[in-house]
Amino acid sequence: MFDYIIRRLLLMMPTLLVISVLVFTIIQLPPGDIITSRLSELQQQGQDISEEAIVALRERYHLNDPLHIQYWRWITGFVQGDFGYSVMYGQSVNTLIWERLGYTLLLTFSATFFTWLVAFPVGVISALKQYTSFDYIATVLAFLGLASPNFLLALVLMYVGYEWFGIAIGGLFSPEYASAPWSSAKLLDFLSHLWIPAIVLGTAGMAGLMRIMRANLLDELGKPYVTTAMAKGLSPARLVVKYPMRIAVNPFISTAGWMLPHLISGAAITSVVLSLPTTGPLLLESLKNQDMYLAGSFLMMLSVLTVIGTLLSDILLAIVDPRIRYE
Amino acid sequence: MTREVPDTGVEPQVFKDEIPEDELFFASQWRLMWIRFRRHRLALAGAVVLLFMYFVAAFCEFLAPMLPNQRHAQFVQCPPQKIRFVDRSGSWHFPPFIYGVVQEGGSEWQRVYTIDSEAIHPLQFFSAGPEYEMWGLFSTDVHLLSAGPDAPFFLFGTDDLGRDLFSRILYGARISLTIGLVGVTLTFFIGILLGGFAGYFGGWVDVLIQRGIEILMGIPQLPLWMALSAALPAAWPPLGTYFGITIILSLMGWTGLARVVRGKFLSMRDEDFVVAARLSGTSEIKIIFKHLLPSFLSHVITSATLAVPGMILGETALSFLGIGLRSPVVSWGVLLQKAQNFQAVAMAPWLLLPGLFIVVVVLAFNLVGDGMRDAADPYA
Repeated sequence: MFDYIIRRLLLMMPTLLVISVLVFTIIQLPPGDIITSRLSELQQQGQDISEEAIVALRERYHLNDPLHIQYWRWITGFVQGDFGYSVMYGQSVNTLIWERLGYTLLLTFSATFFTWLVAFPVGVISALKQYTSFDYIATVLAFLGLASPNFLLALVLMYVGYEWFGIAIGGLFSPEYASAPWSSAKLLDFLSHLWIPAIVLGTAGMAGLMRIMRANLLDELGKPYVTTAMAKGLSPARLVVKYPMRIAVNPFISTAGWMLPHLISGAAITSVVLSLPTTGPLLLESLKNQDMYLAGSFLMMLSVLTVIGTLLSDILLAIVDPRIRYE
Repeated sequence: MTREVPDTGVEPQVFKDEIPEDELFFASQWRLMWIRFRRHRLALAGAVVLLFMYFVAAFCEFLAPMLPNQRHAQFVQCPPQKIRFVDRSGSWHFPPFIYGVVQEGGSEWQRVYTIDSEAIHPLQFFSAGPEYEMWGLFSTDVHLLSAGPDAPFFLFGTDDLGRDLFSRILYGARISLTIGLVGVTLTFFIGILLGGFAGYFGGWVDVLIQRGIEILMGIPQLPLWMALSAALPAAWPPLGTYFGITIILSLMGWTGLARVVRGKFLSMRDEDFVVAARLSGTSEIKIIFKHLLPSFLSHVITSATLAVPGMILGETALSFLGIGLRSPVVSWGVLLQKAQNFQAVAMAPWLLLPGLFIVVVVLAFNLVGDGMRDAADPYA
């Protein structure tokens, strides 16, 4: 097991190296750079900037250097934990990201919790009561959930909330608390805003997990060992929880690892719609404006999280399911 | 999963009641699959919906009452009109009619429309409307439905520029529905080619392709899509952007298919029938395309079908964010852009209707794919 982890970690290095080159290339791909997009913005506001100032700006942010030197500066900084400077926001990338990462983590956690809270029991009941009306309703809802884009659900919820309940949904705080220091009232306000994005984001993975849970449990329930256990007089509830469910729970674990990167990036559009102060909208803006350090470090971090998450899932899977062996 | 065509012992009990036994034993693989697919009622319903939607997409010029970019300045953000059979006095009408709409009061920002129940506009079939060019072959002005030359006729309402949403959704179907198909065709070729190489030749080719797949999978999909489409020059013509987006979507999508194909090749390349072909001197290319590919084509087609909705949703998401297709191109994602914020939705909820179409089409694709997965292996 230990050898396996070490080998996987070593294999990760070249993979991440190639990804970093890819990410850098993709962001450099569009014509122009961050200064060009800043310039057109300033010109729209009626400001004029002299040629010298532009040259000086490019010089200051090292945009005149050859690409491989720019890449080297970025990637060495990244490895050392210095993500660079965001020209767009005029702040260091580290502060920008950490500030929002807290909310993102919290939101991801609540969304995942909600997903499991619903998907797990519904999947189990659907399998145990196959072809009952409960099963059919769950199936139809799951397929609907798979088919609707998340941001659409957010929009519909926002509309329903406004039209029927008269509440404006969006953001994580009411306006009066947005810049106020933390207090118990602000915390309550925060919690009352949290549940909508948690539900919207949570439904994304719910349908898939529900279907997988149902399918896996159905596969297990037909196996001879279940019949044997039943014949020996084990109570149905105990039987199901103790054996087939333990095996059927695998997909929950193997998806848990990449839940974080998935939610950070997948939630980007929903976050824009719900105007949440998470990392998604930041990433989107930086990509649109070619803010190299912000976008690049972001994509790199997501990739690292994905790769590590996959590894973590594999390890966790081996611990939970003793039949899985890695040599 | 790797079951080969057995020469005996096929006992498809379930079909016995529908088809005479001797016919069943001689039925081709594709016929068996069709029989099994037919039994999946939901999948069949999905297939019907899809056929209908593609029909609509093909003939949108004729089916739409108006041109997609035609503006009606007096009817900005007009709510949907109802088709009625019974008028206020209770008398029955055929053909059905719509009431007129008049804008009254309100402000520049929030217009108020009232139904003018005095003005009854009966619907006309195959009547003249704005002229269009059908498939670039001939121009005509015949539309399926209209309410007369000067009557407002907005089944799904209008947007903030006074464009008819119903017509725009029909035109949008053409872009949104084909982008998935074109993308999947591309994916199909890349996936089969690379997956086939990896699985058939093995060795360093396999290692190289496998690493490539792992790297592509290591980058989160949506940000990569966003980065790539942000890289598309804004000055490109609409058609260029369309193909650009399609290529971006399929560049990421082939990895899953390649893995399926690779797995199949790996498990089959040493089967007896392949060894026999090789020993009798058949070329490698011929073995791949004549012997191996047909034996698991059904699985590949199933994977491809299940990949289409992802592409449709991808295009929608990108266009919704404003980095995919841009107007004047009309796709469902572009249409949803109008419903991007809460104020817009609260003021004109009908702008969410394109979303309904996306959900229905994606749902239908998923159901059809589900049915095909069940039918893909008719001997199982």
